[in-house]
Amino acid sequence: MGFYFAQLLTGLANASSLFLIASGLSIIFGVTRIVNFAHGSFYMVGAYLAYTLVTLWSGSILGFWVSVILAAMIVGVIGLIIELTILRRIYHAPELFQLVATFGVVLIFQDGTLAIWGAEDLLGPRAPGLDSAVRIMGEPIPEYDLALIAIGPVVLLAIWLLFHKTRWGVLVRAATQDREMVGALGVNQAWLFSAAFVLGSFLAGLGGALQIPREAVSLQMDLSIIGEAFVVVVIGGMGSVSGAFVAAVLISVLNAFAILIFPQISIVLPFIIMAIVLIFRPHGLFGKPGSEKGAPEEPDQPLALMDQKSAMVLMAALLVLALSPLLTADFTSVLMVDVMVATLFAVSLHFMMGVGGMVSFGHAAYFGVGAYGAAMAVKFLGLGMISAMLFGPVCAAMAALFFGWFCVRLSGVYLAMLTLAAAQILWGVTFQWQRFTGGDDGILGVWPAKWASSDKVYFYIAFVLCVGGILALRRVAFSPFGYILRGIRDSQTRAESIGIDTRFHQWMGFVLAGGFAGLAGVVFAFSKGSVFPDSLGIALSIDGLIMVLLGGIHALAGPILGAGAFVLIEDWVTRLDYWRFIFGAIILIVVLVAPDGIAGGIQRLLRGLKGGRA
Amino acid sequence: MNLIRRTVLGALAALPFTGLTAGVSLAQDTIVLGEVNSYTRLPAFTEPYKKGWQLAVEQINAAGGIDGKQLEVISRDDTGDPATAIRIAEELVSKDGAVLIFGTFLSNIGLAVSDFAKQKEVLFIASEPLSDAIVWSKGNKFTYRLRPSTHMQAAMLAEQAAKLDAVKWATVAPNYAYGQDAVKAFKSELTKLRPDVEFVEEQWPPLFKIDAGSTVRALEASKPDAIYNVTFGGDLAKFVREGSLRFLFEDRDVASLLTGEPEYLDPLGAEAPEGWIVTGYPSTDITTDEHKAFADAYIEKFGEAPKTGSIVGYNSILAIAAALEKADSTDTDALLAAMEGLTVDSSPTGPFTFRAADHQSTMGAYVGKTGTVDGKPSMVDWSYADGADYLPSEDDAAALRPAE
Repeated sequence: MGFYFAQLLTGLANASSLFLIASGLSIIFGVTRIVNFAHGSFYMVGAYLAYTLVTLWSGSILGFWVSVILAAMIVGVIGLIIELTILRRIYHAPELFQLVATFGVVLIFQDGTLAIWGAEDLLGPRAPGLDSAVRIMGEPIPEYDLALIAIGPVVLLAIWLLFHKTRWGVLVRAATQDREMVGALGVNQAWLFSAAFVLGSFLAGLGGALQIPREAVSLQMDLSIIGEAFVVVVIGGMGSVSGAFVAAVLISVLNAFAILIFPQISIVLPFIIMAIVLIFRPHGLFGKPGSEKGAPEEPDQPLALMDQKSAMVLMAALLVLALSPLLTADFTSVLMVDVMVATLFAVSLHFMMGVGGMVSFGHAAYFGVGAYGAAMAVKFLGLGMISAMLFGPVCAAMAALFFGWFCVRLSGVYLAMLTLAAAQILWGVTFQWQRFTGGDDGILGVWPAKWASSDKVYFYIAFVLCVGGILALRRVAFSPFGYILRGIRDSQTRAESIGIDTRFHQWMGFVLAGGFAGLAGVVFAFSKGSVFPDSLGIALSIDGLIMVLLGGIHALAGPILGAGAFVLIEDWVTRLDYWRFIFGAIILIVVLVAPDGIAGGIQRLLRGLKGGRA
Repeated sequence: MNLIRRTVLGALAALPFTGLTAGVSLAQDTIVLGEVNSYTRLPAFTEPYKKGWQLAVEQINAAGGIDGKQLEVISRDDTGDPATAIRIAEELVSKDGAVLIFGTFLSNIGLAVSDFAKQKEVLFIASEPLSDAIVWSKGNKFTYRLRPSTHMQAAMLAEQAAKLDAVKWATVAPNYAYGQDAVKAFKSELTKLRPDVEFVEEQWPPLFKIDAGSTVRALEASKPDAIYNVTFGGDLAKFVREGSLRFLFEDRDVASLLTGEPEYLDPLGAEAPEGWIVTGYPSTDITTDEHKAFADAYIEKFGEAPKTGSIVGYNSILAIAAALEKADSTDTDALLAAMEGLTVDSSPTGPFTFRAADHQSTMGAYVGKTGTVDGKPSMVDWSYADGADYLPSEDDAAALRPAE
């Protein structure tokens, strides 16, 4: 009995840490509708700052707590600076575009912390006065865990009081419900947004600072927490702070008990819980309908068919690409294969997001299933390259058929998070099921057939498949099916009222996008010769998302430009020291100069040029 | 709108042509070595490693190079992604004119590059990845590995663990290939030496995401006599702190893989556990002439004591230099012939040989206990365990490899 009670307390202490970071994320999303990837970075910086301050005032109880609060406040100020200089300028960008900016911030912070605090993990002191364990029912419980268990609810209460008993809190809640209305009533939204962002950053910093007595401060802290923080926010319901608390308790306590029975479960448990919750409660435990939508925005301009001149330019560009292996070194062909794979992947994601209106945070799942499908077809079924290349996309489409059925029942960020859960569960299975998938040692020896093994020949195979895939998806976007998808995206109600089965069409759109992502995965697998679980990991999903958003979600050319720019810049920049800082800075510059993406920026520039000439 | 579009597309299309200029930079009096590692993903380990090989390259070049040719290392960051590592390897070989590739830390990247080496027929010296698969189940003709493998280090620990009275063991390891290999090897080696031991509990926290409190409690619940730990880095710090807070290590023996390496031991500071049996690297405490010379030069150049990564990086270059000299050519076939059974007679850790049968080097590791010297955590009562003693016989090892 005592043992299980102690396990419960351990779970609750973890829940408090998780709640602190998730609450800030939830508040930021609730008010500003920004999906803030940089939240994990705030958490990490909070921990590093607190480490420095705590070691400075080592030993005194007051010094410790002052350091923690001070670190959190500094992070709040950092948050304010980022909000004022970057985010404020792009609130009117298309939905989710701010996410790209926060991604740039993540990269900059990663190298910034490395430069300031060094590569080695830093283990701070234990909390003075709370540095040992007390026995409860005979079991040792660290005093600091008990303190954390108390801090969680105290912070929850403070936030509740702030939101319900102050004028500012009332305004924040009003803005969470209807920003337009609050603005119409004469409230200064800009000020409200900044304040919410500062509060959110402060809480993230506080969460990080409070980890000092529990773990070594390390450069992995940012990415290791951010996924789970999002899961907590979504399970609780976007924008609901008390929901985040309940979700944090649910995840942490379940994990504390689950590892007693099935120790391997930890890697996917939060995502399994999220998937189950979302299937039964499409807006999370405490979320309200409508909480999933981003800021209201102008409806998309309908897609226009290409005029003749553009078509000619496109054909010329394709011709140059097709001829490039004849003129350039082998390695350039290899790089171009990577570019084409990324482009097809981005275009398939764009088909889902831009044309279908379904945001995906887990599109790499289908890329990876395609790659693994092909690799396994070679290894276990003994298929040749060509048949394996057909088999992979079919596997990906089947996976999309299965997961899509659940996902299209949701919308907005909840849909996106369910795709993420699906991807993580697939990743977990691939990672864990060693006998079948090779675990993280992957599958080796998936090289092209002898006749195709030269870099140049393989370039042409990739060219045919990727460019063919991109053109096919473009064709679909202008087919009746594509028109229906765009209609559903712009107004689901109207589409339904004219008798369209919206769910079915979205489902099929999901499958199509998944199948083409699988095709990209197949080309990828044979070009690299091996597949690893990374090919369906979060990092690749995010890369795809950045390519689509950076390129411009409202144009069919967007993902092509985005993917090309992303891969080529990354290939170039990783040769430099502190390349993540440079890459992040480049992303931020693009974001600020072209808030409508690269494609949108180019269009605006062209219109300006034409205006100038006229 | 065509003007800009044309310009941009034209610029994009022209990018491939930048490749044209490549391949000519290769001067006659240098030998280019390609190097790839996870510099941004795992800087705590790869930075000392980089310094190690930089020092060796500098010393060899200062002494006149190899046959009058200077060594030049082109080093790239794989960003922790196997696919990127392959692309870089391709560029190093086909564009930069590297005669071989060395490096990598993460096992999956090591495996990806080794498979690439096999496909493109180029020599790959896996400096750091520990996975047994690299030389055994997925070994190939073109891949050699320097660092003592998971199996070897686990066997070194098992030898010490067998001397303990402990019968009931619990294990905790990060849930990925390295952790799984390490537990499997330790179990089989310890059971061989002590058929009476039993393993009563296994914990598999996700890498760098350990829920240390719950894991410690789960281990405690099984009441083991001793614990075998494979966690490292941030996970290790959390595990040690939560474990000592909850008295997990009281009256229990602990055998812990890699914990004696300065990369992982130093950050623990005053909380470093006492008396754990560990593999690692006692750095400046090693007093052989070769090591002293190495350590002095390292400290003079970088102002800090060498770490495990430093010695791995340094020995990598020593091995490559020996291979180049023996081959007297940069041709892959000649290099492969030279690598077979290549012996490096003098290195800071003593002589080591690349076994012809399984391409594993016999470079060893240091086995000892954790302790505190002058308030700093360090290894005590250590001795050098020669890798050759912890490998299966060459015949057995050859049988583990796929047929060529």
